[in-house]
Amino acid sequence: MRVALFVPCFIDAFFPQVGVATLELLERFGVSVDYPLDQTCCGQPMANNGCQADAAATEALFLKNFSGYDYVVAPSASCTHHIRKHFDAIPQTEAVTQLRARTFEIVEFLHDVLKVEAFPWAEFPHKVGLHNSCSALRALKTASISEIAGESFSKPLALLSKVKGLTTALPARPDECCGFGGTFSVFEEPVSARMGYDKVRDFAQTEVEYVVSADSSCLMHQQGCAERLGLGMKFIHIVEILNGARA
Amino acid sequence: MSRVDHAGLSAKFLAAEANAEFHDRRLWDLRMKRDQQMAMIPEWQDLRDRASAIKEHTLSQLDRYLEEFEANATKNGATVHWARDAAEHNEIVHRLLSERGVRTLVKSKSMLTEECEMRPYLEARGIKVIETDLGERIQQLDDEPPSHIVIPAVHKLRGDVSKVFARTIGSEPGNDDIHYLAKSQRDDTRPYFLDAEAGMTGGNFIVAETGAVVTVTNEGNADLSANVPKLYIACVGIEKLVPRLADLAIFIRLLSRSAIGSPISQYTSHFRKARAGGEMHIVLVDNGRSARLGMADFWTSLKCIRCGACMNTCPVYRRSGGLSYRAVYAGPIGAIIDPTFDLKKFSALPFASTMNGSCTDVCPVKINIHEQIYAWRRVIAEQRQLPFVKREAMRIAGRIFSSPKLYRLALKLTRLANNGLPRFAIYTMLNPWGHHREVPAPPVETFNAWYRANRGGRR
Ligand code: SF4
Repeated sequence: MRVALFVPCFIDAFFPQVGVATLELLERFGVSVDYPLDQTCCGQPMANNGCQADAAATEALFLKNFSGYDYVVAPSASCTHHIRKHFDAIPQTEAVTQLRARTFEIVEFLHDVLKVEAFPWAEFPHKVGLHNSCSALRALKTASISEIAGESFSKPLALLSKVKGLTTALPARPDECCGFGGTFSVFEEPVSARMGYDKVRDFAQTEVEYVVSADSSCLMHQQGCAERLGLGMKFIHIVEILNGARA
Repeated sequence: MSRVDHAGLSAKFLAAEANAEFHDRRLWDLRMKRDQQMAMIPEWQDLRDRASAIKEHTLSQLDRYLEEFEANATKNGATVHWARDAAEHNEIVHRLLSERGVRTLVKSKSMLTEECEMRPYLEARGIKVIETDLGERIQQLDDEPPSHIVIPAVHKLRGDVSKVFARTIGSEPGNDDIHYLAKSQRDDTRPYFLDAEAGMTGGNFIVAETGAVVTVTNEGNADLSANVPKLYIACVGIEKLVPRLADLAIFIRLLSRSAIGSPISQYTSHFRKARAGGEMHIVLVDNGRSARLGMADFWTSLKCIRCGACMNTCPVYRRSGGLSYRAVYAGPIGAIIDPTFDLKKFSALPFASTMNGSCTDVCPVKINIHEQIYAWRRVIAEQRQLPFVKREAMRIAGRIFSSPKLYRLALKLTRLANNGLPRFAIYTMLNPWGHHREVPAPPVETFNAWYRANRGGRR
């Protein structure tokens, strides 16, 4: 199995430890992982703003870096969503459609592909609140949502339940978007910040020590809000916990 | 028309803290009630599939079903008029009223007449128009458009309503008891029902098979508007059609549950013909709908039954208020149909979304709302309607991200800037991010640098 690691630009820049944890975690399960050094971004920021022409060269570079692997794995549901559901600024050749189908978000990959049974090294004796990004929830469908009736399931919770000592608490509006939304966070700053405040306050009333998510972008936004509000909780990416981070 | 400044208007909305908090909570409460209703109907998703299929089928043969409707309505004794656009609609209504010497028109809620800006048109021609829906009346008296398609005054606290009523219909100042306020409005409106020479309703549905106009309401004011005056006019968009009476049952089951989380509304009324000695006219309005039907990415927006569920669930709408869209239709459904009226003016609205997708999942007729929002962004960029700053930002981002060298360099510069610039500069002009949020401190090294240092030998 040839696996390439995609570390999205903001994780590369702001959360390198998330990249490290993803790499180490995959290696713990015997996966040999390539990290193409020339990788940058998947094209999502431009494409999300409708700027297909501006996204094309970045998507082409992504293709160059990542084609030919059995799987591309990224610790970001948002970027995975872009690659799988959009990523059409370049001609949809066989190589592109294969790449899109083979790109996985890390929780999906652990849960559905590696079918991980246990994380013996992981212990996190804290009360955490899980934040599912909207990409994870409504696009990749890694968990059931309240808008649709049906059987309830959660891949991230299934993984976290294998971590020793970890307990979870549910906020009042578990599926509510936190308001990051990419460039929305800057161009629609008032609403974005308000949504973030509401989200971290909702977590605060459950008295969690940590907010955990598979998306660093949501975490960055929420952390910025929580710090400004003077709320004490901390923020951590799910792979860090699964890779054995203690705090 | 200049571009609507949704972000700026949201900031104003949020500044009124009590209203903002109430608005979000009230609409979220409706979303919760909707979820509870859904949970009681095991076949909910099946109903959505059927509703969607019926609407798509009908829209794909709209001409045929419209003619069937016209034939059956005419057989019933109603007169059917066709209006190509808002202007024709207003002219037809005005002609019907003025030919009969009508001076006062009572009407129930209709988004279509808002869309056609009918009220100011008629009032400028000496015809008094009285909105009889409580929320719509509040908005009329306050000289504001509706902020929600189902609950027009949802952004107002009862204290706000009390002030409007005290100022305009002489209710007791300071009395903000909900029952008192509702009664004041009823007492004020009732005489108009008796005086008015004409009544008007919109239509939630029209049924081809029966030629009926169907309204779904809770206050009974549509029934009064239609039945008390001698002349009854129903104004309906051509997309409101369903083929058969049996089809309607599916929509009735979905509508109130999706809209306000109640199993059914107080009144579901089928109007087929005028009362004895009266007249019934039906104005079928296109106003851009047939053009929308021809848009490959957007035609399914015509399936909309105007339930408002997408607005109730929308985290952006809940925190910016309907008036911040400066459009007849606010929220997610507004973001995908407003640009068909004026692309430039409404070009910010598809960007007033986090793309969370909740709207799509609650929509009872399965409109892929958030995907259409995404598609509009492309249209807006292609038509060069993005604000200059964003267009440039994306052009530069596209260049940086497509070159590993430029990307590494940009990261280095940003890190220097973040470390080197005084906090106030980051927090003020340079980056709106910092108005309400802390900026993350960049770590000592990027992942890429870590990898080169620690795993450099392997590729
Ligand atoms: S788009 Fe769907 S959810 Fe929104 S108002 Fe229309 S029918 Fe209701």
